[in-house]
Amino acid sequence: MSPLKIKKGATSHSAYNLRPNFSDVQESHTLAIIVDNEAGVLARVIGLFAGRGYNIESLTVAEIDHSGNLSRITVVTTGTPQVINQIKAQLGRIVPVHQVNDLTVEGQSVERELALFKVEGTGDKRVEALRLADIFRANVVDSTLESFVFELTGPSEKIDAFADLMRPLGLSELARTGVAALSRGT
Amino acid sequence: MAQKMTGADMVIQALKDQGVDTVFGYPGGAVLPIYDAIFNQNGIRHVLARHEQGAVHAAEGYARSTGKPGVCLVTSGPGATNAVTGLTDALMDSIPIVVLTGQVPTFMIGSDAFQEADTVGITRPCTKHNWLVKETSKLASTVHEAFHVATTGRPGPVLVDIPKDVQFATDEYTPPAEADLGHYQPQVKGDLETITELVEAIEQAERPIFYTGGGVINSGPAASQLLRELVGATGFPITSTLMGLGCYPASGESWIGMLGMHGLYEANMAMHGCDLMINIGARFDDRITGVLDAFSPDSRKAHIDIDPSSINKAIRVEMPIVGDVAHVLEDLLNVWKARGRKTNSAAVKKWWGQIDEWRKVECLKFEQKGKVIKPQHALARLEALTKKHDRYITTEVGQHQMWAAQYLGFEDPNRWMTSGGLGTMGYGFPASIGVQMAHPDALVINVAGEASWLMNMQELGTAMQYRLPVKQFILNNERLGMVRQWQELLHGERYSESWSESLPDFVKLAEAFGAKGILCSDPDTLDDAIMEMITHDGPVLFDCLVEKHENCFPMIPSGKAHNEMLLGEADTQGVIDAKGSVLV
Ligand SMILES: Cc1ncc(C[n+]2csc(CCOP(=O)(O)OP(=O)(O)O)c2C)c(N)n1
Ligand SMILES: [Mg+2]
Repeated sequence: MSPLKIKKGATSHSAYNLRPNFSDVQESHTLAIIVDNEAGVLARVIGLFAGRGYNIESLTVAEIDHSGNLSRITVVTTGTPQVINQIKAQLGRIVPVHQVNDLTVEGQSVERELALFKVEGTGDKRVEALRLADIFRANVVDSTLESFVFELTGPSEKIDAFADLMRPLGLSELARTGVAALSRGT
Repeated sequence: MAQKMTGADMVIQALKDQGVDTVFGYPGGAVLPIYDAIFNQNGIRHVLARHEQGAVHAAEGYARSTGKPGVCLVTSGPGATNAVTGLTDALMDSIPIVVLTGQVPTFMIGSDAFQEADTVGITRPCTKHNWLVKETSKLASTVHEAFHVATTGRPGPVLVDIPKDVQFATDEYTPPAEADLGHYQPQVKGDLETITELVEAIEQAERPIFYTGGGVINSGPAASQLLRELVGATGFPITSTLMGLGCYPASGESWIGMLGMHGLYEANMAMHGCDLMINIGARFDDRITGVLDAFSPDSRKAHIDIDPSSINKAIRVEMPIVGDVAHVLEDLLNVWKARGRKTNSAAVKKWWGQIDEWRKVECLKFEQKGKVIKPQHALARLEALTKKHDRYITTEVGQHQMWAAQYLGFEDPNRWMTSGGLGTMGYGFPASIGVQMAHPDALVINVAGEASWLMNMQELGTAMQYRLPVKQFILNNERLGMVRQWQELLHGERYSESWSESLPDFVKLAEAFGAKGILCSDPDTLDDAIMEMITHDGPVLFDCLVEKHENCFPMIPSGKAHNEMLLGEADTQGVIDAKGSVLV
């Protein structure tokens, strides 16, 4: 059941192309949704996904324009091309939604996630954790004699990989922000 | 110089500035300041419903019969929760209504105060949009925006929740011209390239069909006018969903009847066999398509809809056109005319020959024999005796609703108000009240089932109080007829809880409210009784005792295709398999 990840920019249909793509392949798409920063707007977006049975793999939200009162919601979701098109169209119906961009199909984009890892251990394991953190360019943001907190930024896959490595070395807590994404170029 | 006033006065002023003449509502603690403001003015008429659900359905009836937004005012907590069914109904059928709710004062929100409910939270999924107004300075502007959102794009219900302290406080009034309407402005013009592609398809089609829906009616009278012109000029057959009845006249030459689960044989067969389907303002609802895999397998499809999310939701179409029906039809006609008004008339003539063959099945034929009134006969007589009137029909939900759609003819839009998407029993009676408020001199009839009618029977008080001569034409089969039909076909005739036990004496019930009651059980006196109903100047409860076990045909059973319709009792044996019976 694991969704097939399509390489970014690999599909040819555009966000506003209503012509159907008949594929039944599950794709992962990153959507950037610009909304009015008002009470309840996140509930509207999440309620849409819950109410219509769409997936949310990752979700981030924060104000991006204080004077314009705008927030940006980044959602990573999966579905067949038809479902993805439905998701975008349904999002477009929400009154405070200004714009829905499908970063997965609209040219190339960069995606980053920040994560904090608490790794507990002593001796060799502790040394190995620090060594791997260095390779991954993770920062040590807190340390005791028995633990580290690492901060790592990067694509989700990199966070996944680092978490896999830290697990046997004493990973005790993990906090991830979810994906923030922007299209590349102008 | 901006005018200063209280929030409550702002609400009334804003409604007046929006052209509102009628508000359906029910008071309570959290809206008392607004009721005070209503007391002190004459411009807006308030209609006191007997239940908030009734108020919302009445507002829906008003909206659907006028094309203007319906307005509703209710209190916080139970007032708001009682409005939820009506809001959902309006959302499913894209009906523009504005519901104003009172709320506990801002400083008490979140404290589980008396009659507090999270109204915007509860109604978020059943409104097009809603607002909680926390500042009086923003109140008028928000009400104006609410009207804008309700009536723009795909229409729908909106709700403005107004805390009591916001109603009491004083601030500057914002007139409509100065209101901030937000950025909401859906596209109304269709893509010309796709429209031209559709014109080419129209020129070549051998077996075309217009499949129309409520979107034509919502688009306004111009859309129906343009549709009639297009159908007349091309000579293509036209069918419609339950929601679209009246957008093309039932007496029109190209009309082949309603389609769908209980649609006409010829309409469904034509949908199945067409080579070009032109969907105008309909949404490929599951009551229409039957099983999706077998839906109209050989056609190219165009879909005109103002809501992009309706396109390619259920059925994949080759020619998607996002836009308002009237705008798109205007462009379509222009392009088609400019290119020489061509159709493949020889092929279309042959297609009509085929449709005429299907018509010979006479799928709506019935025989009125014996001393028991057949529901179909009752409606056929109602049709014959009221056709010439300025007539508006509402319905409840069930078999009677489908028979009304089959046996009554609609010549114009906005004359047929029925709960399509949600299928809300209890809709028709209050809706008829809303219609009659908007059209005081018209003949307004609610075709009802006895069970549905009881769901909002309290509104008889409203009809009496405002002297609304609404006619309640109850096809009384002493059964939850539609449920009974499904139990017969799908559940081995195990009629679980589908009786209407302990029914009231409807004549006495009418009289208890001061209305007129008529009982009719004899086919021979039916015409006279109907005439008595029509000519009586006041609300009438017409208890028409009909055949109890009549089934509604044609019927596309769940899980079947358009060409697998059941036409009558003889066809029903073992037709619905296990896969079909899980569907609703
Ligand atoms: C509020 C609500 N509850 C339940 C239903 C399910 N339902 C659909 S039709 C029907 C029976 C309606 O009976 P009646 O009004 O007598 O109409 P009939 O089918 O007998 O003509 C029921 C219970 C519904 N549509 N709405
Ligand atoms: Mg009944």
